[in-house]
Amino acid sequence: MSGFFKSSIGRKIAMALSAFFLMVFLIIHVSVNMVSIFSESLFNEMSHFMGTNPLVQFAMQPVLIFGVVFHFVMGFILELKNKKATGIGYAKNNGGANSTWMSRNMIYSGLVVLAFLGLHFYDFWIHEITVKYVGGDMTGLIDPENLNSGFRYYEELSEKFHDHIRTIFYVISFILLGLHLGHGFTSAFQSMGVTAGRKKTLQTIGKAYAIVIPLGFIAVALYHHLKYVLA
Amino acid sequence: MGTLNSKVPEGLLKDKWTTYKDKINLVNPANKRNIDIIIVGTGLAGGSAAATLAELGYNVKSFCFQDSPRRAHSIAAQGGINAAKNYQGDGDSTYRLFYDTVKGGDYRSRESNVHRLAEVSTNIIDQCVAQGVPFARDYGGLLDNRSFGGVLVSRTFYAKGQTGQQLLLGAYSAMNRQIGRGKIKMYSRHEMLDVVIVDGKARGIIARNLVTGEIERHSAHAVVLGTGGYGNTFYLSTYAMGSNVTAIWKAHKRGAFFANPCYTQIHPTCIPVSGDHQSKLTLMSESLRNDGRIWVPKNMDDVLAIREGKLKPIDISEENRDYYLERRYPAFGNLVPRDVASRAAKERCDAGYGVNKTGEAVYLDFAAAIARYGKEQAHVKGLDEDNKALVTALGKDIIKAKYGNLFQMYEKIVDQNPYETPMMIFPAVHYTMGGIWVDYNLMTTVPGLYAIGEANFSDHGANRLGASALMQGLADGYFVLPYTIGDYLADDIRTGPIATDTKEFDDAESLVKSNLDKLINNNGTHSVDYFHKKLGKIMWNKCGMSRNEKDLKDAISEIAELRAEFYKDVRVPGNANEYNEELAKAGRVADFLELGELFAKDALQREESAGGHFRDEYQTPEGEAMRRKEFQYVSAWEYKGQPKDAVLHKEELVYENIEVKERSYK
Amino acid sequence: MKLTLKIWRQKSANDKGKIVDYKLNDVSPDMSFLEMLDVLNQELIDKNEEPIAFDHDCREGICGMCSMYINGRAHGPDRSITVCQLHMRSFSDGDTIYIEPWRASAFPVIKDLIVDRSAFDRIQQAGGFISVNTSGNTQDANGTLISKHAADEAMDAATCIGCGACVATCKNSSAMLFVGAKVSQYALLPQGQIEAADRVQNMVAQMDLEGFGNCTNTGACEVECPKGISLDNIARMNRELMKAAVK
Repeated sequence: MSGFFKSSIGRKIAMALSAFFLMVFLIIHVSVNMVSIFSESLFNEMSHFMGTNPLVQFAMQPVLIFGVVFHFVMGFILELKNKKATGIGYAKNNGGANSTWMSRNMIYSGLVVLAFLGLHFYDFWIHEITVKYVGGDMTGLIDPENLNSGFRYYEELSEKFHDHIRTIFYVISFILLGLHLGHGFTSAFQSMGVTAGRKKTLQTIGKAYAIVIPLGFIAVALYHHLKYVLA
Repeated sequence: MGTLNSKVPEGLLKDKWTTYKDKINLVNPANKRNIDIIIVGTGLAGGSAAATLAELGYNVKSFCFQDSPRRAHSIAAQGGINAAKNYQGDGDSTYRLFYDTVKGGDYRSRESNVHRLAEVSTNIIDQCVAQGVPFARDYGGLLDNRSFGGVLVSRTFYAKGQTGQQLLLGAYSAMNRQIGRGKIKMYSRHEMLDVVIVDGKARGIIARNLVTGEIERHSAHAVVLGTGGYGNTFYLSTYAMGSNVTAIWKAHKRGAFFANPCYTQIHPTCIPVSGDHQSKLTLMSESLRNDGRIWVPKNMDDVLAIREGKLKPIDISEENRDYYLERRYPAFGNLVPRDVASRAAKERCDAGYGVNKTGEAVYLDFAAAIARYGKEQAHVKGLDEDNKALVTALGKDIIKAKYGNLFQMYEKIVDQNPYETPMMIFPAVHYTMGGIWVDYNLMTTVPGLYAIGEANFSDHGANRLGASALMQGLADGYFVLPYTIGDYLADDIRTGPIATDTKEFDDAESLVKSNLDKLINNNGTHSVDYFHKKLGKIMWNKCGMSRNEKDLKDAISEIAELRAEFYKDVRVPGNANEYNEELAKAGRVADFLELGELFAKDALQREESAGGHFRDEYQTPEGEAMRRKEFQYVSAWEYKGQPKDAVLHKEELVYENIEVKERSYK
Repeated sequence: MKLTLKIWRQKSANDKGKIVDYKLNDVSPDMSFLEMLDVLNQELIDKNEEPIAFDHDCREGICGMCSMYINGRAHGPDRSITVCQLHMRSFSDGDTIYIEPWRASAFPVIKDLIVDRSAFDRIQQAGGFISVNTSGNTQDANGTLISKHAADEAMDAATCIGCGACVATCKNSSAMLFVGAKVSQYALLPQGQIEAADRVQNMVAQMDLEGFGNCTNTGACEVECPKGISLDNIARMNRELMKAAVK
């Protein structure tokens, strides 16, 4: 079995497994974010639960981080190996004749998503860690001294989208994520040995997923941005 | 003339092979490790022989000029492989396959060899299925069969239109297994340029590494040639571009007799020539004749109108069409053997009824089959049988399922849709029944030198039936040679490795090198192809589908002149110690130029018509081939310095188990 | 037709190589692509220049020898054919045509347009077979029934001609379609089951060793394959490898 994940196909299957995990995570993430459009209080409560539940924090979070890091690192390793395998390039190559742009540029869509994640870590994760584990404030309140100040999560979220540039970057990143998923969804199934390319239902679900998930994130961003701009 | 000993064992025909196998010498497994065998060619015969001999424990060195053993031209065989399995219960048997093959060969093949071939044919199918060859099957999971020309049973096994490919990949996989075990050493992109004879026995070869140009010596206790046929003497043929006579011609020059060089199969269903640029002809599988009807217009006016593009073939009414095969041969119709079908096409075209611009094409029409299948389908499905459009659509689906890939291939080349308009076809050189003379053991007249598959002359007489080439190649390689070669090698268990630093190897190598130097330093004015095309024209016009004394005599002198001109004026660019395809081609064409002359000489000598060899002087009043009893022999030629000096030896053919009759398909 | 050809010329494996321009003035649309190159080579020989070296043999689309990247596509612009089946009527008067060798680290150039594809042979030697000796008394061919569906699917996989177009067109120079097709052929047949686990593991290991890239499921190989080998074969190979790993 150890040899399995060293083989090219084993790695590709590992890539697919981590992709499945991340795709499930995206569903949860976008659902929670979407709540912020409809109910500030519910969003705050959900965020507080997620942010303080030990199971989520100390079991699921590390797995998620590992999943993200693994997916990227493996993606880079495979890309480097593939570059080495190709050697000299063609003077003229017509890739568009036989494959989609999405499928040929997973590394670039992935890199944009990675850049976005950097920002996201800086904005969200580092902030949370600092407040909760460095500062020791587990209350989730805007003012930890004032019990009536309310949860900080919604406010922090909407505040992030005040800035034009950041919102535009956010939207672009999710469009790229959409393209990444547009190929990645069926590709992961194909890697796992499901003949995804042939299964109409899977293809339809894949397309829907690749559009709906990023659209959800974008909707949240635009909602908060416009709410601020128009207010 | 008593130099030929065919070594056919005594006894009843049906027991010969079994009894013989029981009695021949064997080499014990420990000794096989000390014996080397060189096999040149990796087609069905060479590939299967290499795999089997390596399994047995011999050290095999295998050579091919292609970049991989999988590319040998056996791969191009489309239709199928015969075997007397009688799975269809239509009365097939070993004897019937034997009978059909001897009759199909126009009573010019050796009885004992053909019977052995029919005996082992069933083993081939078992072996290939065990190897994972995906033969076509019916819905019950049993193997499917189709029918081929010249027989009245369905005994042909097939894998879509790619049977040769699948069988070759089977043999190649068996080879791979042995290469992986280290029992076969594979030399790809290597061309054999001479056989080395030591003390009267074949003990090695000189080969050129086609990538580096290096000349290499390889020794062995026996040398096997499975290098295919020499149809490319005609320049245009259905052979691969690289197919050549060099290996067997060099063997001939070293003492192996060349048998029946003039027996060439001209296949009736090939795509006609389109212009001077043509480099090769493409075969349309004989299986098409199961459903296609061959015709030309009855009236010359229609022919001319068609050539001028004023009339389309589909506009010619039924009564104005001449289905000449059905007319002349009502019993077999469009499924007459290849030689008969080809000659009939030539007869019509010579009479002026050819349907393309060059006047060298006839129609192969599927309209009737489309209508027939369409009606059948409409009936089965309970649809309107009188709805013409529906019936045509249903019929086309059936034809597409059966021949889709062939139809697509035709459309790619000719740019016409064969579902809508009849195909145009014309005969083309396809196979050579002649080859190196071998005895019952498949050994040539040089001890230790064997020839298998198309490279030998053995089983097809003067004409080969469809789906029999694959059968013979695999029979020789899997089931015959592995037994018979042991009988010879049993004497070699104490010989030890054959040294390559001997005078014989020195001489052979320097001869090869001087030949190459001569070609490369010639600095003439014409390319190799220029001469090859000229040779091809002589061969096609004077040694083609019909021959006569005058043409053959002309051909002999013209080829000799062309050869002299070639050596004076050929230009080979580049040098000898690099990848140089022109140099490789030059060597091959030089040999074709010698063989061509012997070919014509053999055809001249054979004053009869038999199978693929048709002499204008010897035909019945109805224009059918006239065989003559006094030519019931194999002509085996001994090399004496020049093709014109070759000496004829005869192996009389005796038929004890089959009555020699007029070969009628009427 | 008049054509401008931009052809990769490389004297030997060690030479650097470059694109060289050639002009042809009298090309018939009925010529095959290789016949067009024959004409060019004839002109070069007549001018005492070295002809362009390219692999070719059967010229009827079955041997898998011909291998050219034409105008950015393996085997040229048409689908489901090899170079030798490509005809000049697929081009127009005045066209410029790029002709390059297969590009992949595992397929080093030997000369001009000729590459070394022996890596494919070595992959097959690692396990692309069923271990059965030639004995003459294996089971009767109809002894094991095989459903028509499985036999047809195995045949579809087995039609691979080993030309290497899949590798050439893959942006990662992956050989998975080639290996997947061979693994599939045997995996689909009952005869292939006994060795299935070893076969797929050994073939994949050899494929990796040869330095082919990984599959990212772009599907380009399937589109360019002259025999239409389906991507499903790669999925099947992945399943076979997973099965082998948990065995």
